[in-house]
Amino acid sequence: MKLKSLILSTALAALASGASADDIKVGMITTLSGGGAGLGIDVRDGFMLAISQSDRTDIEVVIEDDLRKPDVAVQLADKMIQSEKVDVMTGIIWSNLAMAVIPSVTAQGKFYLSPNAGPSALAGKGCHKNYFNVAWQNDNLHEAAGAYAKGAGYQNSFILAPNYPAGQDALTGYKRMYDGELAGEIFTKLGQTDYAAEIAQIRASGADSVYFFLPGGMGISFLKQYADSGVGLPVVGPAFSFDQGILQAVGDAALGVVNTSQWNKDIDNATNAAFVETFQAEYGRLPSLYASQGFDTANLLISALETAHPDDADAFRAALEAANFDSTRGDFAFGPNHHPIQDIYAREVIKEGDIYTNKIIGVALENHSDAYAVDCSF
Amino acid sequence: MSTILIIEQVLNGLQSGIMLFLMAAGLTLIFGVMGLINLAHGSLYMIGAFAAAAVAGFTGSFVLALIAAMVAAAIAGVLVEMLVMRRLYATDHLDQVLATFALILIFSEGTRWIFGSFPLFLDIPDYLSGPVNLPGGIQYPFYRLVLICVGLLVAAGLGLLITRTRIGIQIRAGENDREMIAALGVDISKLYTLVFALGAALAGLAGALVGAIQSVQVGMGEPVLILAFVVIVIGGIGSIKGALIGALLVGLTDTLGGVFLPQLFKLFMDPSAAQSSGSALASMAIYILMGAVLIWRPTGLFGARP
Amino acid sequence: MIRERTLNGLVLVLLLAVPLWALFNDQPFTITLATRAVIFALAAVGLNIALGLGGLVSLGHAAFFGIGGYAMGILAHHAQTYTPVMELPFLIQGTKSMPVIWLVAMVTSAIAAFLIGLLSLRTTGVYFIMITLAFGQMFYFFSISWAAYGGEDGLSIYVRNGFPGVDTLIPINFFAICFTILCLVLLLSGLLARSPFGLALNAARQVPQRVQTVGLDPQRLKLVAFVVSGVITGWAGALFADLNRFVSPTMFSWQMSGEIMIFIILGGTARLCGPVVGAVVFVMLEHFLGGLSEYWHIYLGALLLLVVLFARGGLVGLIVGREVAHD
Repeated sequence: MKLKSLILSTALAALASGASADDIKVGMITTLSGGGAGLGIDVRDGFMLAISQSDRTDIEVVIEDDLRKPDVAVQLADKMIQSEKVDVMTGIIWSNLAMAVIPSVTAQGKFYLSPNAGPSALAGKGCHKNYFNVAWQNDNLHEAAGAYAKGAGYQNSFILAPNYPAGQDALTGYKRMYDGELAGEIFTKLGQTDYAAEIAQIRASGADSVYFFLPGGMGISFLKQYADSGVGLPVVGPAFSFDQGILQAVGDAALGVVNTSQWNKDIDNATNAAFVETFQAEYGRLPSLYASQGFDTANLLISALETAHPDDADAFRAALEAANFDSTRGDFAFGPNHHPIQDIYAREVIKEGDIYTNKIIGVALENHSDAYAVDCSF
Repeated sequence: MSTILIIEQVLNGLQSGIMLFLMAAGLTLIFGVMGLINLAHGSLYMIGAFAAAAVAGFTGSFVLALIAAMVAAAIAGVLVEMLVMRRLYATDHLDQVLATFALILIFSEGTRWIFGSFPLFLDIPDYLSGPVNLPGGIQYPFYRLVLICVGLLVAAGLGLLITRTRIGIQIRAGENDREMIAALGVDISKLYTLVFALGAALAGLAGALVGAIQSVQVGMGEPVLILAFVVIVIGGIGSIKGALIGALLVGLTDTLGGVFLPQLFKLFMDPSAAQSSGSALASMAIYILMGAVLIWRPTGLFGARP
Repeated sequence: MIRERTLNGLVLVLLLAVPLWALFNDQPFTITLATRAVIFALAAVGLNIALGLGGLVSLGHAAFFGIGGYAMGILAHHAQTYTPVMELPFLIQGTKSMPVIWLVAMVTSAIAAFLIGLLSLRTTGVYFIMITLAFGQMFYFFSISWAAYGGEDGLSIYVRNGFPGVDTLIPINFFAICFTILCLVLLLSGLLARSPFGLALNAARQVPQRVQTVGLDPQRLKLVAFVVSGVITGWAGALFADLNRFVSPTMFSWQMSGEIMIFIILGGTARLCGPVVGAVVFVMLEHFLGGLSEYWHIYLGALLLLVVLFARGGLVGLIVGREVAHD
């Protein structure tokens, strides 16, 4: 689990010069092994790319693997706070691990910058002044899908997601923005790989569109089976089933599917263009939205460090809230509950040469915050 | 709830059951003949899928990919048998559990080391894709029909192997009394290696066939492994017929339960509560089935009576 | 070859010494790691009563681990949100007192173990393994769908529960509580093995027919062993939830059942301190191997394989030699 990454060779020089007291220690707990490792690896790579591109020599990042187990993540968080004495924490991919770790981390006075998981509890009633989410609130991409479906004129959607809190949130988010009828609403089994039964129900339901949230291997299975079934209805989904890492495994079955995301590699600004180019040069693959989230999280941190140190909590917090950094998404701003207010794009899966990737086809939601901000007060 | 939907779901249940049978057949043979609990069977499934993806990506031929899957899994099986299992025949099940658990770790991370952390691409070939029209107006994916046929062919082949060939006699005798057939002059170690390789090849074939319509990723074998154990327990250890019937039962229960239990609950609950309770019960359904079978027949449907 | 009793003493002394050293060297994480090892050891000692003594290979023991955990989670959750657990037919309030939570965890585990044992003990051998696995899986899927208590997300308990007279948030205090419980249970387990019940159980494991001819009922012996075993593992589950201040369905998973069994097999089945040695070694490997490489599971697997192939009788068996009937 311990992949200590002292990224600057001058760290020793910094120690020698006695500047270690002012060094910033970042604790990153993320998933680096097992089935879901792709996301954690992307976040880590994006984050470290930004750190290495900055001029700072005083940021030390301690990276540990949570094995996607909540109890391991809690142990690692304890270790980072008690032993490593980190100032800021980040990295967790999955909402259930986030719920296990973040409340206690923030309660102990440390800052947490989430590069991915955005559970609704932490955006609303459970929000904390030390918790910032740089990616999105979990419902956002689903709400955007609902908005897109409404805009595209879909009247009778068939929606499905796995039967666990993120899945239930996904369908709630979609229904919040979508205003047509529901031809069917199914909760599948978590980890289910065979969707023949669900596809048969879609076929029989008379729906005019399909919306699904099936992260990881579940989505790959569903898309392949759906494409082979000949049902042919238009499909909408959140970016989680269509990120750069997964698309190559799905292949043609994903072509033409519309998915919603707050980032895509063709967003037109200098920061994003440089990010895509340098990421590909450094790691030999195109970045996914997870990598962009890691990149933005690191840059947010660096920008806050320009004006304040985590030891002065109030000043550091204000610096974070100001979000004075160049984001791959263009302008970046936090809402009052420390979640982003941003545009969510609709993008379509296309093939560029040999690579499957996404192309933006429109904006699904503009300057969108989230539905839980009203419940947050700190 | 139209008849067409019901028939389509029954077909789906059969198909998922048949694929489980490929896994379960190998597992029940290995356990029945060799008395070996093989937790690494799921890893052999995964190796088959990865080998198929690699070969299909390289050559573009699905048939070659399937052959590669069986060969790769068989080779892995033989290696495992010769290096690890041979030393564990005399020991009790617990040592086998630990050893095969260790093998799962090695195979999973080893595969991730070789192939990376992202899922691989494996697709069904064009000549097998797309839906066909069945009598009654049902549109059903052609590939799934192919899977059903392949599975039934394998079942028939295994049945013939067990009942009509010399090897089959040795296997059946070995299930009954290992020491006796060794005393009668059968080369036990060659028989064991053969049985293990056969079971592994079946698992690899299942991995490749199913990987084409699902996702080829590290850890794909573990859920199937659990289901396969459920199947052989329901069917009775050592019985190929039991494995087939058990697999079909499990496949049908899983599929039909997932579809119809929420509908059943909707009769007396509001829709969203019915949905979540229904799917909760559906995910427990096969285990409830297994529990019920074991309470009625403690050694499975076709297992040896005590 | 040293005697088993000496080894047991050594292990316990080491297990106490390391956290004390960590206390004086300001390494609170080592104490947390040691507590994790102790709690896993407790769960494994519980399973060992059924598995080692009774020959009942239960691959569903995570069911009790999870029941204990959720007993803690549900009671503490209601206490921290100031709502009652239920109002009809009885008013049951939540609680954050450890002894009460332990009592509830143990009683619910006992009931569950009784019912599961009653049904499962009709089978033997691999069928028994599978039916216990089935029950474990039922609990797992049920807890994932139980949205009221977090479902797959699990439940966070913000402050550790209270033990009268002790500040449980201090790592060494909580370690002391867990370690004391482990020693008590080891004592109980040792006494049990030597008691008439234990001897009869041992015999029932080996030759049930002979036990029947003497007039004892092997099924009843096994059921009692299974219940006791479930109660102890449930207690460990409640402690584990308290350690992490978090409970989730993964505590019910078959991988968790497998891990508890691995501790026993690694350390030495049916040895008194086998589960302890196994749990400690496993937690240490998990922690230190991670620094070697991103693919450290391969090294873990290779090490386990070596132990199984060359250390018959587990690590304790390797150090102490074959079991003797008397010293």
